[in-house]
Amino acid sequence: MPNENNSGIMLYAQLTHENYIHTVFFELLEKAHELSQKLGGVEISAVCFTSPDTIEGFKGAFQNMGVNKVYYFEDKRLEKYSTQYYSKLFTELVKEVKPEILLIGATNQGRDLAPRISSSLHTGLTADCIELDINEKGQLAATRPTFGGELMATILCKNYPQMATVRPNVFKVHSVDYHADTEFIRKDTSILNGLKNDVEIIEFKKTIENEINDLDNADIVVAGGMGLKNEKGFELLQKFADKIGGSVAATRPAVENGLAPHSIQIGQTGKTVRPKVYIACGISGAIQHTVGMDKAEHIIAINNDPDAPIFGIADTGIVGDFFEIIPKYLELQH
Amino acid sequence: MLKIALCVKQVPDTTDIRWTENNTIQREGVESVINPYDVYAAEFALKIKEQLKDVEITVFTMGPNQAEDMLRKLLAIGCDKAVLISDRKFAGADTYATGKTISAAIKTELPDFDLIVCGQFAVDGDTAQTGPCIAEFLNISQVTYTQKFEKVDKKSIELKRILENGIERVKTTYPALICVLEDKFEPRRPTINGIKFASKQEIRVCDAQIIGLEPEQVGLKGSPTYVSRAFRNMSNHNAQKFELSTEESVKLLDEKIKSLEVKDA
Repeated sequence: MPNENNSGIMLYAQLTHENYIHTVFFELLEKAHELSQKLGGVEISAVCFTSPDTIEGFKGAFQNMGVNKVYYFEDKRLEKYSTQYYSKLFTELVKEVKPEILLIGATNQGRDLAPRISSSLHTGLTADCIELDINEKGQLAATRPTFGGELMATILCKNYPQMATVRPNVFKVHSVDYHADTEFIRKDTSILNGLKNDVEIIEFKKTIENEINDLDNADIVVAGGMGLKNEKGFELLQKFADKIGGSVAATRPAVENGLAPHSIQIGQTGKTVRPKVYIACGISGAIQHTVGMDKAEHIIAINNDPDAPIFGIADTGIVGDFFEIIPKYLELQH
Repeated sequence: MLKIALCVKQVPDTTDIRWTENNTIQREGVESVINPYDVYAAEFALKIKEQLKDVEITVFTMGPNQAEDMLRKLLAIGCDKAVLISDRKFAGADTYATGKTISAAIKTELPDFDLIVCGQFAVDGDTAQTGPCIAEFLNISQVTYTQKFEKVDKKSIELKRILENGIERVKTTYPALICVLEDKFEPRRPTINGIKFASKQEIRVCDAQIIGLEPEQVGLKGSPTYVSRAFRNMSNHNAQKFELSTEESVKLLDEKIKSLEVKDA
């Protein structure tokens, strides 16, 4: 298919429930600058859905970020996320603007939205990429883990736009000033008039204060697995975390057994973190877990099974009983 | 009658991945299992059937003939009909082509469906895309990250979603597609009658022609994406393992945490 899509790189600027721009947007933006350079300095645009009269509040966030254009939809009907409304407007915008690359954060919302857009545009979508690059032919080369994280695959796309999602905390943000003027372009939403939204939101209960929770920015993450056995184990883990100023996280089995909430689950079906130190307690180290934490600068593991796979990736592996070591550690005077 | 299409997938057992000397995945001799999230999806559909009674569940899967075993197991625990979408031409399909193929099969085999239920992820590819792709091709609403239903009747369903930062309750009318997350439940065992039923029930097999797709619309040819390179994921951490006494372990832990200098004093 000849490439008629040549208006650069488009990014989704998702707003959180608290109405600020999700940090994953800035991570995508950082990568978009790198890709743009490799493509000879193509335009970078952002897409935003807001409720009426709120765009002014967001304009500042795009300043000096090197975003050339911000396309925004302002409508009462867009106040809460709707798969049908958002995907329809987004798809029509992409058809009009014709970006060659479209990147979306792999949040719950992004993962709900992106495949609707790609299917509707008859293009490909590579999910949960951990690396994005431009190959010698100028194509987007999107690399993602597959088979539970054991295999990495670099995927190319025949059609346009070439789409990819990236999980939060995969790309780093460096604060660089890009002194580019940002043009804000309001787009029409009248297309929604003939469209029905079948899904009604009855209630939303926050289980954690912020969508971007402590874990995302934590320098120290203290994580527990099934080796912690029960609530008592997680209470001890919390004490340990409090003592060293860390945030608590958990494995999927621990979450499934009700020892910790889903919001602090690390791994393939949870969060990705990249703290300075990750302390894995009673975690065997299934690949489903390690894909969410192996970017930590230093990994410490405490596990009483010397053959646990976690020792294969832990910089400091301590073979021992969490229930013996941690109470003694807590007794230390600092 | 409420008609449910249950979409499931057979996946290689990802807990049992073996590597060849060339760092490619050994595919021979690796057991196929039902995708764990599809077990939750099946449970979700069967619970609706238990509650409303007048429900018919048709299982759809795309895959080779060996997927028939999985279909019979699902028939034995309470599903009513099974469709095997199978054709050599389907090989190499990405999520776009898979979504297109499954949606085409649902259109021909169960055009008057009310609900489509599938797992949120498949553990092999883990894209979480196929469900929304099917919904888009059928132009229906979707609810992803669903843990359970709270109310269900012949016209609508109320669902509990688990999101990054909270729990959302939503209500959708039919038709709709629901992607199901893990939830605690007792695994179902087939009954004697269920096994008898499953062994007698005919499995409908559909190829590309039956579902009205051209060879270039399916499989690798019909896929916008393709793998240019696959390689083994290697860790870049220096694995060092210490087997010490408890006191020495505590000391090592303390030294490590101090040396990493991230602690707020």
